[in-house]
Amino acid sequence: MPEFQRFSYDVLVIGAGGAGLRAAIEAAASGAKVGVVCKSLLGKAHTVMAEGGIAAALANVDDRDNWRVHFSDTMRGGQYLNNWRMAELHAKEAPECVRELEAWGALFDRTKDGKILQRNFGGHRYPRLAHVGDRTGLEMIRTLQDHGIHAGMEVHMECTVLRLLLDAGRIAGACGYDREKGRFYLWQARAVVVATGGIGRAFKVTSNSWEYTGDGLALAYRAGAELQDMEFVQFHPTGMVWPISVRGILVTEGVRGEGGVLRNSEGRRFMFDDIPDLYKEQTADTEEEGWRYTQGDKNARRPPELLTRDHVARCINREVKAGRGSPHGGVFLDISWIKKQIPKSEEYIRRKLPSMYHQFKQLADLDITQEPMEVGPTTHYEMGGIRVDGDSQMSRVPGLFAAGEAAAGLHGANRLGGNSLSDLLVFGRRAGHFAAEFAKTSGVTTIDEQELQATAAAALAPFDRGSSGENPYQIQYDLQEAMQELVGIVRTEKEMQQALDAIAQFVARAERIGVVGNREYNNGWHTAVDVASLMIVSEAITRAALLRRESRGAQFREDFPGKDAEWGKYNIVVSRGADGAMQVEKIALPPMPDELKAVIEEMK
Amino acid sequence: MATQATFRIWRGDSTGGAFQDYATPVEEGMVVLDAVHRIQAQQATDLAVRWNCKAGKCGSCSAEINGSPKLMCMTRLSSINLEMPVILEPMHAFPVLRDLVTDVSWNFRAKLTIKPFKPRSPDSPDGTWRMQQADVERVQEFRKCIECFLCQDVCHVLREHHKFDQFIGPRLLVYAAALEMHPLDTEDRVRDLRQQHNIGYCNITTCCRQVCPESITITENAIIPLKERVVDQFFDPLKQLFNIL
Repeated sequence: MPEFQRFSYDVLVIGAGGAGLRAAIEAAASGAKVGVVCKSLLGKAHTVMAEGGIAAALANVDDRDNWRVHFSDTMRGGQYLNNWRMAELHAKEAPECVRELEAWGALFDRTKDGKILQRNFGGHRYPRLAHVGDRTGLEMIRTLQDHGIHAGMEVHMECTVLRLLLDAGRIAGACGYDREKGRFYLWQARAVVVATGGIGRAFKVTSNSWEYTGDGLALAYRAGAELQDMEFVQFHPTGMVWPISVRGILVTEGVRGEGGVLRNSEGRRFMFDDIPDLYKEQTADTEEEGWRYTQGDKNARRPPELLTRDHVARCINREVKAGRGSPHGGVFLDISWIKKQIPKSEEYIRRKLPSMYHQFKQLADLDITQEPMEVGPTTHYEMGGIRVDGDSQMSRVPGLFAAGEAAAGLHGANRLGGNSLSDLLVFGRRAGHFAAEFAKTSGVTTIDEQELQATAAAALAPFDRGSSGENPYQIQYDLQEAMQELVGIVRTEKEMQQALDAIAQFVARAERIGVVGNREYNNGWHTAVDVASLMIVSEAITRAALLRRESRGAQFREDFPGKDAEWGKYNIVVSRGADGAMQVEKIALPPMPDELKAVIEEMK
Repeated sequence: MATQATFRIWRGDSTGGAFQDYATPVEEGMVVLDAVHRIQAQQATDLAVRWNCKAGKCGSCSAEINGSPKLMCMTRLSSINLEMPVILEPMHAFPVLRDLVTDVSWNFRAKLTIKPFKPRSPDSPDGTWRMQQADVERVQEFRKCIECFLCQDVCHVLREHHKFDQFIGPRLLVYAAALEMHPLDTEDRVRDLRQQHNIGYCNITTCCRQVCPESITITENAIIPLKERVVDQFFDPLKQLFNIL
């Protein structure tokens, strides 16, 4: 019988990215005994990848900005499916959270008068993003890490959580193992905060790191929590597709802003072929007009390459599916063509797009001033997640909280850039605070020892099957292929039904996973565990997307291409039925108070 | 480019190990970590490798490639001679856990011995500070650090002399410099740097600076200015004379 190392906390935080660390700091400040469990080393979480900035209405650059504008921008971006209470709290509290980071040592870029500088971003009415060049996420995580290690928390690095433990329906802790030696751990806790980020690794092409396998969502789901808005997966239109080593890495919208054009293998600017009626008035008729727009001509209209992200992503996808893609399954994004328009174009491109120039030069051996890039949509962010109370961030399982990308609500059907880093701070802080409060008032729980042993036995079963079992990497790969092909940017009922069949087969194959070697840092074993989470989130995404028979925000249904006002009244919620099967239902949005309705009206 | 390459990977644990050869197909554009992943998926599913972002931003996949400390995710195969086996080893300065993964936990413990950030009182009644971009930029260079610990790996004081209990290494000297030069910080770490962290052990061979994937000018911009502060505080002959008088 496997031995368990035992720890006991008031608050256990799972995940050490921005949300997890912020929650742990807040809980520790409330006097709680805090443990943090993370899958990687401290400071390596996916938050480090964030570039643009933290959205907060500080009004340092434009004094017309305030929480009301930020609130209505966020709601509009989310197509009004957002949890309005979270959007309100987020807009109100983000500035304070940014100032807090500065008090802990973060060094943001400055305005001329020495304040925190803010930049423009899509969907934000005023310059709102506090930033540090293009490495804001690193600054944020390092600040939280270096503050947190002195704030009184025990960190268990490189551990995988296998199960959340309950006592009579209330959270009692979690169990898992360390990657280093494969030793089993019990972390008993009165409250648990899930801050495990997103699900990008369910898809083949993603900008997300390996950790993003939806563990927290799967753990919470199995423990009885609900998942909400899972159908809304954000695909960014331009990620690198070649070389394979960098597939999915973002290519900034700035390339198109500077005059970059999208072409298919026939050399055609296909974006001109499909301009939505809603945008016809604002879109250029000719290539020449589009070019003038990028050069600042106020009388020209924008080129179709600068239509909304979801639309551009779908058009690229259509070209590839029609066999008009680039050699490596994308389309061509060409900025080098501007040499026909302006002298010294090479210099201009290098000056305007230094990091893109560097990124392609270093990773793809490609000079973007001379050649077109190959780009394609990349899975970027999951708007959905664990359904929580807007104020406290608690799920329907007493004592189980969620924050950051793992929680649903703030972003609705589509997230605005910059709103994720502020999300981590605002709701990490809230989750930490309310988890500590919950722990203070709740009694002792008992751990079901049989459940512990059963969990350990199930985790070790792949070793018994050894090399005769299924290869965990292959199942993960096949799952990613299926999700990419069948539940990607353009969805249909038929394909999603196929996806459900495929997922059922993967589940069956996963029962037969075998791993070789021993328990010490065995990546094959870790992958076997990750795959189990990925299958749950993949099924949740697919079932939610099937039920929503409309196209809205990040979800595009080819069989229901229009937005349906009726569907705008509901969130889709996924939960585990008594029989263990996944249930999907639509739940009416809570009514918005009149004063918030008035704010939205006022900002229209 | 070759279509097949051999990777000679160190396999083992804290008790010992040996190199093992893996031949795998390679394609244009691959980095070392891609080849390792392919070997792991197809030939050695229990091969231990630590990685995360695969974009040079998290600093997890540090290893020694043909003897040079590098990030595996940022080392393109086209930069390596594939006619010979490519030798992959874990970092030498730290204890091996398994295969390419080392125990870097000492870095996290040593960081705790450096006094944390302590800001001056806010400049403005609303609790905010004012700083100029030029003052911020100096420290922003140090804050680019992704904590890959490649600089620790090549530091002679740690790698050859194992002074882990006396010396904090280049990464943490950069960390201390970022705090000491932070426009808002009021803490004094100079005595600790001399007595507890033994900054004097560093003889500025610049090995650390040469392997930094973020191109931080570790020695010239961080360590030397800290050494100067130590000298100013403890070895200024005029000050010593005054002290005697």
